[in-house]
Amino acid sequence: MLTLEDVNVYYGQVHALKGVTIEVKEGELVALLGANGAGKSTTLMTVSGILRPHSGHIHYEGRDLTRSSPYDIVQFGIGHCPEGRHIFGSLTVRENLLMGAVQRKDQAEVLSDMEWVCSLFPVLAERIRQSGATLSGGEQQMLAIGRALMGRPRLLLMDEPSLGLAPVIVQLIFRVIKQLHQQGVTILLVEQNARQALQVANLCYLMETGRVVMSGPVEALRTNPEVERIYLGGSAA
Amino acid sequence: MTTLQYLTQQGINAISIGSLYALMAIGLAMVFGILRLINFAHGDLIMVGSYGALLLLVLGTPFWVAALGGIVASTIAGLLMERVAYRPIRGAPDVSMLLTSFAVTILLENVAILVFSPTPRAFPAPSFLNSTFRFGQLQISKIDVVAIIVAVILLVLLTLFVTRTKLGISMRAASEDLLAARLMGINVNGVIATAFALGSMMAGVVGLLWSARVGKVDPLMGFYPVLKAFVASVIGGLGSLPGAVLGGFLLGFLEILLQGLLPSSLAPFRDAFVFVALIILLLFRPNGIMGSAEREKI
Repeated sequence: MLTLEDVNVYYGQVHALKGVTIEVKEGELVALLGANGAGKSTTLMTVSGILRPHSGHIHYEGRDLTRSSPYDIVQFGIGHCPEGRHIFGSLTVRENLLMGAVQRKDQAEVLSDMEWVCSLFPVLAERIRQSGATLSGGEQQMLAIGRALMGRPRLLLMDEPSLGLAPVIVQLIFRVIKQLHQQGVTILLVEQNARQALQVANLCYLMETGRVVMSGPVEALRTNPEVERIYLGGSAA
Repeated sequence: MTTLQYLTQQGINAISIGSLYALMAIGLAMVFGILRLINFAHGDLIMVGSYGALLLLVLGTPFWVAALGGIVASTIAGLLMERVAYRPIRGAPDVSMLLTSFAVTILLENVAILVFSPTPRAFPAPSFLNSTFRFGQLQISKIDVVAIIVAVILLVLLTLFVTRTKLGISMRAASEDLLAARLMGINVNGVIATAFALGSMMAGVVGLLWSARVGKVDPLMGFYPVLKAFVASVIGGLGSLPGAVLGGFLLGFLEILLQGLLPSSLAPFRDAFVFVALIILLLFRPNGIMGSAEREKI
C-alpha cells in the first residue's frame, strides 16, 4: 500500500533520513520505533508531503507521492495525527472535527462519522461546543485522533499518540488503535512506548539516527535480546 | 449645544472613524494571522480602489457602479499582490516578507504618481453623502452614518463567514496552526487568497468612504490609514480578528477624545499622544488586548 524506497531527507545541512526503506501492506499495523531524533517523525512528515525527499521514492497505491502536495496526499486517503496533537485551540471541538473532514463533500456522512468519533471518545461529545484549548492533554489527544479519523483515511499515520499521557488514557488510546486496525484501517504508528506498540502491531521497524536498523514481525523483535535491552527496558518490567 | 448633544456628536464621529480603522485592521489581521506578514501595501489598496472609482465616475457611470468598480479594483489588486509578490517568497523569513511589502508599497505609489500625477484630485462623492442630518442643534453627517452602517453589515457578514462556513473555519484553523491545517488537507493557497480577497475588498470599501469623507484622492492616501490600522491591530492583538475590530474602535475613540481634550496648542501632536498611549498599553499587555502569547511560525 505504502512503500518508501531509499528515501533521503535533509533539514538544511542535516541528513535526517539516510536511505530509509519501509513497506506498509494494506491492513497492517506497522510500528516505527526508535529514540528521539531517529527520524520517525521526519518519515511521517515526508509521507504527508510536508517535507520533500532529496532522493528516493514514495509510492502509495501505485501513485508516486514524491512530488505531491499535502493537500493531494490527504485526498489520496492518508491521514496524519501529528506529534504534540496540534489541535486548533481556538476552534471548538466540533470545528476541529470538521477540519479533519475539510475535503469531504458528503455532508450527511461527515455528520454520522462525527457521531462515530464521539462514540469512540464519549468525552468529545460532552465537550463538543468547548474550544480545543480548554481540553485536558488526554482529551486533546483524543480530539487529534478523532480529527484525523474524520477524513476517513485508509492509511493513518500516528505520531506518538501516547506521549505524556496518564496510563489509563494510554490504555484507552491503544484500545482504539487496535479497534481501528480491526476495522480495516492501515496504520503506521510511531511510538516511544515500545512495549505498548509491540503489543498491537504486526510489523515493526527500528530506526536509529536516520536509518532503519532492524525490521520484521513483532514476535521476532520482541524476543530479540538487543531490542529487549534497549527498547523494553530489559527484564525489569 | 448641550453637553449631551456634543457627546453624541463626538461619539458618532468616533464610531465612524473607528469603523474605518476596524475594517482596515481586519485586512491586516487576516493576512498576518496566516502568513505572519504585516502587509504595509494594504493601504495602497485603498488608493487603487479610490482611483478605480474616480476613473469610472469621470467616465460618467452612476456612483454605485463606480463604487462597485472601485471595490472590484481593490480586490483584484490584492489578489495580484498575493500571487505575484508574496506567494513566491512564502516560507521566507518574516523580515523578507516585510521588506517585500515595503517594495510593493513603493511600486504601487510610484506607478500611481506616474499615471495619475502626484496632485490630489477631487473625489466627487454624491451630494447626499456630504449633507447632514439635523436634530435640533445636533448635526450628524450622512457619511458617518453610512460608514457605521456599512461597517456593521460587513462585520456581521464576516463573523458569519468565519464561524459558519467551511472556508471561514479553515481560515481560522490555518491562522492558528498552519502545519496542522496542511496535514488536514486544507487548501492553504485558497485560504490565503481568500484572506487577501476579503481584506482587499474591505480596503476598497474603506477607500470609498475615506475619499468621500475628505473629498479628494492622491497617490499616497493609503499611508495614514494603514498606519492607523496597524496601530489598531497592535492594540487589539496582531492576528486576532475580534482584536482588530476592538483596536479599531478604541483608536477611533482615543483620537476623538484627544481632539476634544487637548488644548489647541497641543492639537497638532495628537498622534504623538496616541502613540504614547500605545506604548503604555504594550508595557502591560505586550501582545495586545486579545493577542495570545504563544505565536510561533512554522
